[in-house]
Amino acid sequence: MQHVDRDAPARPAVGKAELFVGFLKIGLLGFGGVGPQARHIIVEERHWLSDREFAELLGVGQMLPGPNTVNAAVLIGDRFQGPAGVLASLLGMMAMPLLIVTALALVYDRFATLSEVGAGLTGAAAAAAGLVLGTALKMIRNIRLPRVGYLTLALAFVGLAVLRWPLVGVVAVVAPLAIGLTVLGRRW
Amino acid sequence: MTSVLAELARTFAALSLVSIGGINVLLPDIRHQVVDVHGWMSDAAFAHTFAIASAAPGPNVIVVSLVGWQVAGIAGLAVATLAIMVPPCLLALLAGRVLVRWSGTTAVAVLKAALVPLGLGLMLAAGVTLVRAVDEGAMNLAISAASAAFVVFTRCNPLWALAAGTAASIMALHLL
Repeated sequence: MQHVDRDAPARPAVGKAELFVGFLKIGLLGFGGVGPQARHIIVEERHWLSDREFAELLGVGQMLPGPNTVNAAVLIGDRFQGPAGVLASLLGMMAMPLLIVTALALVYDRFATLSEVGAGLTGAAAAAAGLVLGTALKMIRNIRLPRVGYLTLALAFVGLAVLRWPLVGVVAVVAPLAIGLTVLGRRW
Repeated sequence: MTSVLAELARTFAALSLVSIGGINVLLPDIRHQVVDVHGWMSDAAFAHTFAIASAAPGPNVIVVSLVGWQVAGIAGLAVATLAIMVPPCLLALLAGRVLVRWSGTTAVAVLKAALVPLGLGLMLAAGVTLVRAVDEGAMNLAISAASAAFVVFTRCNPLWALAAGTAASIMALHLL
């Protein structure tokens, strides 16, 4: 496997057309959720952001209302090209999915009863779930966290996946804790 | 017609501002508004719409676009999409600007440093929750594990794992 320091900050110039095409690809290939595909194209394929920068923007996006990846697209578009970049990113990300979803709605009735379609969709859902898991694991591997960071990570994970609290509850409890831990971690 | 569009806009704009955690968290509320409150579609039609939106690529917010389309055609699609997206996007733009404006301060540095592990923990939990949510069975679990490993150990596009999982599932239908 290639060893690239994906934790290092990168600051390339990304144009509006590049944003549009990049997010067009993210939207078109983002089956079962856009997150893994967004990280792959933004961090691994195009080197627009490092893993840490991507995680920062995603983290901000998770704290705000609205879909995480849409928020991340807004932050990335604005960072490189201002409001025009936001429009380019959002139009790119939404264009193909909107076309495809309406086309699917038109033909769905004819194919919905085929057992292959059901099996295929279940397999795709299982794979998509694995992609989210794998992407999280890869980012955790690539980003060096301070020791208190791993405690925050574990608390958020346990709250959502083990205790199955609602996301808003997890954020309300863990976000202040995370900030407190970070302040303590900086002092020591 | 105009009143339906205005209702679509009002309903989804209001929902968009409470959608912390994304559209999946909001889905029960969307169903409640669309089916119970406005009667725009039946429960079965909504489930149907959700299934179609899940099969399409892209952000899962397109389920709202599809609801708009089924309720009021192309105008409904445009209105519903804009209503669910514009308010959070403006908020994200504002928040991003605030973070950049005060990027040199300790407060923003602390906030960013705290949000990274929090976001990673939430993403890891989302992955585990999604794996659990797919119908149980060794086959599906193996597909999930294989695609997770694919992402961790290769730098290839994740779409390959998705295609392989889909194909494996269809083949298993005929072989097992």
